[in-house]
Amino acid sequence: MKRLIYLLPLVLFLGLAGYFLVALRPNHDVHELPSVMIDKPAPVFDLAGLGDSKPLALDALKGHPFVLNFFASWCVPCRQEHPLLMRLATENHIPLYGIAYKDKPVDSNRLLASFGDPYRQVGIDQDGRVGLNFGVYGVPETYVIDSKGVIQKRFVGPLTAESVEKELLPLLKQLGRS
Amino acid sequence: MITELGHFALILALFVAMIQSTVPMIGAARRHVGWMAVGRSCALIGFALTALAMLSLMHAYVTSDFTVINVIENSHTDKPLLYKITGVWGNHEGSMLLWVFMLSLCAAAVALFSDNLPPALRARVLAVQGMIAVGFLLFILLTSNPFLRTFPAAPNGNGLNPVLQDPGLAFHPPFLYLGYVGFSVAFAFAVAALIEGRVDAAWARWVRPWTLASWCALTIGIAMGSWWAYYTLGWGGWWFWDPVENASFMPWLVGTALIHSSIVVEKRDTLKSWTILLAIITFSLSLVGTFLVRSGVLTSVHAFATDPERGTFILLLLVAAIGGSLTLYAIRAPSLKGGGLFAPISREGALVLNNVLLSCGCATVFLGTLYPLFLDAMGGPKLSVGFPFFNRTFAPMMVPMIIAVGIGPMLAWKRGDLLGALQRLWVAYIATALVLLVAFYLTYGGPVLAVFGLGLAAWLGSAVLTEFAERVRLFRVPLGDSLRRAIHLPRSAYGMSFAHFGLAVSVAGFAASAWDKEAIEILKPGGSIAIAGYELTLESVTRVPGPNFMADDAAIRVTRDGKLVKMMHPERRFFPLQKQTTSETSIRTNFLTDLYVALGESDTQGDWTVRVYWKPLVPWIWIGCVIMAFGGVVSLSDRRWRVGAAARSARRGMAEPVTAAGE
Repeated sequence: MKRLIYLLPLVLFLGLAGYFLVALRPNHDVHELPSVMIDKPAPVFDLAGLGDSKPLALDALKGHPFVLNFFASWCVPCRQEHPLLMRLATENHIPLYGIAYKDKPVDSNRLLASFGDPYRQVGIDQDGRVGLNFGVYGVPETYVIDSKGVIQKRFVGPLTAESVEKELLPLLKQLGRS
Repeated sequence: MITELGHFALILALFVAMIQSTVPMIGAARRHVGWMAVGRSCALIGFALTALAMLSLMHAYVTSDFTVINVIENSHTDKPLLYKITGVWGNHEGSMLLWVFMLSLCAAAVALFSDNLPPALRARVLAVQGMIAVGFLLFILLTSNPFLRTFPAAPNGNGLNPVLQDPGLAFHPPFLYLGYVGFSVAFAFAVAALIEGRVDAAWARWVRPWTLASWCALTIGIAMGSWWAYYTLGWGGWWFWDPVENASFMPWLVGTALIHSSIVVEKRDTLKSWTILLAIITFSLSLVGTFLVRSGVLTSVHAFATDPERGTFILLLLVAAIGGSLTLYAIRAPSLKGGGLFAPISREGALVLNNVLLSCGCATVFLGTLYPLFLDAMGGPKLSVGFPFFNRTFAPMMVPMIIAVGIGPMLAWKRGDLLGALQRLWVAYIATALVLLVAFYLTYGGPVLAVFGLGLAAWLGSAVLTEFAERVRLFRVPLGDSLRRAIHLPRSAYGMSFAHFGLAVSVAGFAASAWDKEAIEILKPGGSIAIAGYELTLESVTRVPGPNFMADDAAIRVTRDGKLVKMMHPERRFFPLQKQTTSETSIRTNFLTDLYVALGESDTQGDWTVRVYWKPLVPWIWIGCVIMAFGGVVSLSDRRWRVGAAARSARRGMAEPVTAAGE
């Protein structure tokens, strides 16, 4: 029995190595994640607005397709994604709305003040409840929602130039037409 | 031609390492003196060969030889000389070469400074290091060869990532790698001990200086990295819980535990199998860190180009090295007999507590770092759990540890008197209470946790001083006697006091960050920002050419009560080659607070975003780290002296009971 304890480190390590192996498996696209929420109505939310922003409510956003981005000031990948969001907002003029996930309003404000604010409106989700309803794993995450309030697409992790060109923009165009 | 020499030297080093990993091992098993001695020559030759490889790659960089693919990808003729040299390790292939170079340096050091080691142990240690070298040399030569050429030569190179063109970062990797790789010596000693099936006080005494030295290098390396992030990223932060930072922090935590537990093995001949396990884990974490960074399994701000083939190769190395050593551990460790018994309240008990808390802290960081990976493996995404997780889990765990660091050294071996120790620390209570009161009064209404953190720092700092005063019997015996005691204290006692005191200084720096102030404003030339009693006026922004960039240099006049304090010059640099902009912050420090200015974006009307931070005690974070590392070096100077004179140490221990209880 006592000898088994000495085996424990080895067993733990082998488990870890297994995980590493899975993480390394070729050609698995990390941004593609089936979500049970796709084609379902987006969870209803009505959040206090950040700073001077109006409250962010799902009902008010319906009528046009829009993009919803969960972010936080403490998240490094969000900073990586940020310039892309800025470009989407200023060049492509997409209707981008933000939700500050588990973040103090002061910190979110500071982030937007120093790096620019790509969002039309930002809602505060400090306790992460809306994130929970959406099934957010972590930040950043981005959802495309159609004019009826139905979730069409979910992007997990930072958006990339490629995913924006190939998926996000075409999808928005298509939704805007129908 | 010189590049080819380097390439051949590296291939030759691989063959030498193969001999180093087998012949001495067989020699040790058969007690064949000649075969065992091979290890030493191999280690020295291996070092010479990898040094040659390193130098020849440097030569290619310095002369801008654009037939070498690695140079094309990472260098440029316009790059300043310093960054041509440091650019060698600013990329994947070169940094792996640096890794192997450090490894061979360690092996050569073991070969040179191990005359007092039993030949069999030395042979085995060198053989284990040879095995590690074989693995990494194969890795470089098969998947990441920096010496590959292309013809015809490229007209010029792609340049180095502008963010990496910085003197602080130039010397950060060598220290970090020396720390990482230095732990391979402790690892090799542990594996050799498991093979021999014997761990004793002498073993601990041999392994400690190596652990200490690598710990010092790692401390400096981490501090430099954090300092670099602080002044270069322009966010004012100094630690981001980024996977790459965590990868260096985890070996540091376990390495710290190892330093402490090996004291117990040395002094009390117990905790053996635990210490061996720590030695294995410390180096394993260095390897895992290398794997995480090099394989691109985790996304990070530091990420280099990644390639799944390399990841698989490093994973194989991991399984061989870690899996192999842990298997050996599972077989041999149960037969390691513990020596001295001790009561829970004792110096040993305190060191065990230290070990438990540090290991748990490391496990937390490990989980937080790899949580995204575990999600990923289950089909999930890559994300970061970020600050909230670490602040809520890691920080609370370190609080009891810092309290205990103050008390532990006051306890005697075997059976300590906790009440007595607590009584003797009365000065520390007063100091802590004073600091708490003053801080609370000055910052009333501010963050309470910061006051608490500062109190912790005061507690630790004053407890360290009290402990030192106790040792020299300050104010109990005449001052002259105290002085004599202080002179005769072993260096390791001084080392401990310095290291613990450094920790207190750093903790104060961490805690005070809650009082940071910041102001972000869009200014036209002539506009000003007020922060913490300072007035900063943007006078002008001028465009200045640099060697390989164009800079927008802002002249900012800092005044306090109308008097000029300093002219500050933050810059935004645009590197046309990479089409990338970096921010050069300007920092004014008086070692108590930093005034930190970064220049942000400008719009077309000549408005500039200016970010200003006022950061109390932030320099103490790095000052504390330097004191800690200095403590390690002081202790190391004692070690070296003592390794050669174990008998003298025993005599001194008997003559002076106070110092015998020391360490």
